[in-house]
Amino acid sequence: MSGGLHPPAPGALRLAGLTLGYDRHPAVHHLDGTIPAGDLLALVGPNGAGKSTLLKGLVGEIPCLEGAVLRGVPREAVAYLPQADEIDRSFPLSVLDLVGMGLWRWAGPWRSLGRRRGRVLEALAAVGLSGFEERGIGTLSGGQFQRALFARLILQDAAVILLDEPFTGIDARTLQDLLALIARWHGQGRTVVAALHDLDQVRAHFPSTLLLAREPVAWGPTRQVLTAANLARAARLSEAWDENAAVCARGPAGEAGHHHHGSGPTLVHGGQDHHDHAHHGHGHRHGDAA
Amino acid sequence: MSAVLSGLLAGALGPFEFGFMRRALVGCLALSVSAPPIGVFLMLRRMSLMSEAMSHAILPGAAAGFLVAGLSLPAMTLGGLVAGLVVALLAGLVTRVTALREDASLAAFYLISLAGGVLLVSLRGSQIDLLHILFGSVLALDDAALWLLGGISTLTLFALAVLYRPLVMECVDPLFLRTVSRAGGPAHYAFLGLVVVNLVAGFQALGTLLAVGLMLLPAITARFWAADLGGLIGASVLFGALASVAGLVLSYHLDLPSGPAIVLVAGFVYLVSMLAGPRGGLLRRLVRPRHLEA
Repeated sequence: MSGGLHPPAPGALRLAGLTLGYDRHPAVHHLDGTIPAGDLLALVGPNGAGKSTLLKGLVGEIPCLEGAVLRGVPREAVAYLPQADEIDRSFPLSVLDLVGMGLWRWAGPWRSLGRRRGRVLEALAAVGLSGFEERGIGTLSGGQFQRALFARLILQDAAVILLDEPFTGIDARTLQDLLALIARWHGQGRTVVAALHDLDQVRAHFPSTLLLAREPVAWGPTRQVLTAANLARAARLSEAWDENAAVCARGPAGEAGHHHHGSGPTLVHGGQDHHDHAHHGHGHRHGDAA
Repeated sequence: MSAVLSGLLAGALGPFEFGFMRRALVGCLALSVSAPPIGVFLMLRRMSLMSEAMSHAILPGAAAGFLVAGLSLPAMTLGGLVAGLVVALLAGLVTRVTALREDASLAAFYLISLAGGVLLVSLRGSQIDLLHILFGSVLALDDAALWLLGGISTLTLFALAVLYRPLVMECVDPLFLRTVSRAGGPAHYAFLGLVVVNLVAGFQALGTLLAVGLMLLPAITARFWAADLGGLIGASVLFGALASVAGLVLSYHLDLPSGPAIVLVAGFVYLVSMLAGPRGGLLRRLVRPRHLEA
């Protein structure tokens, strides 16, 4: 009945009645839909809207409270740049070694990275860090470090790339470089999802947008999603954490997940290939509910 | 001049005319090759004090072995190994399934373990036995003990070589390792296992309390001399070996207990390095060379 639990097209991600959260309190509620392969999707919403939580759920870092994430690629082929990384910058490691971690899928625990040194240097050059390879990671500035992490993403060569607020504390020039890199990934047909705050940036560089306020408010072509009405609704919906919230009455994924008329998402079926065939039943029934 | 030198040399080598001193030297050198690199990783993961806790956790196992078989090396080793691994695994497990952080759960388990150990030892045996367990018997290493030390040292070096990359990644960026591989968990537990095994080895030679000394002091000292991981590991092994040799020689000439002598030499080297070490040493901070142009 629902979109089915068979995996989506390669490179696509399907969210089937996805509920994510902490301590049973959902941070993302009953999310349905498909991120098609090759999409360049901006994740937008107020603080606490569940953007980071959704990305963590997509990469499998936190378990689903309900529903599922179906990936059209193996979990290892999903690259993830977290907002608050857990990187120990005091560790005596060179930039080359940090960036070289991106080759893990090829190198595993034992293969020498020597033969791919050229690739690592290329990736460093692509983010403007040529000559930094022997520097310790502790000596990099915030922006340089972010560039290094993007170089690692290049080497990961992933079909799906998830970025959690990748431009926080980044100067204008670095921003332009990183946006160009993301555009290149998009051109290569990779699926890119980025949580962002700067709406002008989203309008200028991201063809599609998911506006999130713990529930999907609108999802589709950026111009049609980022309307004043939708943004106001998102702000209203991002309610406070209720310690004594009742148990959610909505059933598990795919059954009663579509009966929430009150706050259903506005699915914008523009020229976007938003619901590919695999996703058909889902998107339409969602449209009905909204 | 040469007379002074040869006198010094004789003083340094003289003690090793005796078989028990040679055995002690071999045992300590074996330990110096494996324990300090483990200490380097502990220090870099900010788990230095965790090894202290683990060393206490070993005590009840050794004590149980002592209760069953008296001062028997295999029994006490096996007991220590089991107790250490159980505490390490339990602490890791509690951390993964509850909200408690690893240091807190480890503290809880090792305190239980230590109290149990002291209780067990006092049930039978005297103060002297307790001292023996706590401070080791490097001058009484028999063949079995030497084989054990050598075996543990070899195992540790092989395991570190195999685990090196996942271990470094787990230290630097555990989240990244989790997203690309499932090797992080096994690498972490294998590393905890190596800590326990090396502490058990050290407990043969130096006793439970001082085993940590030879693991951590050379590693911390190396921080003042080397910048990258390879250098840290190399320097820590060197300092460990230096402390072992100098400690044994001193203990022979000055008639000191050898375990504490070794650790005190390691501590002395640490203090000197803290003052004079080229990487962040105190003198270096006071006398700064002028900064570069770029």
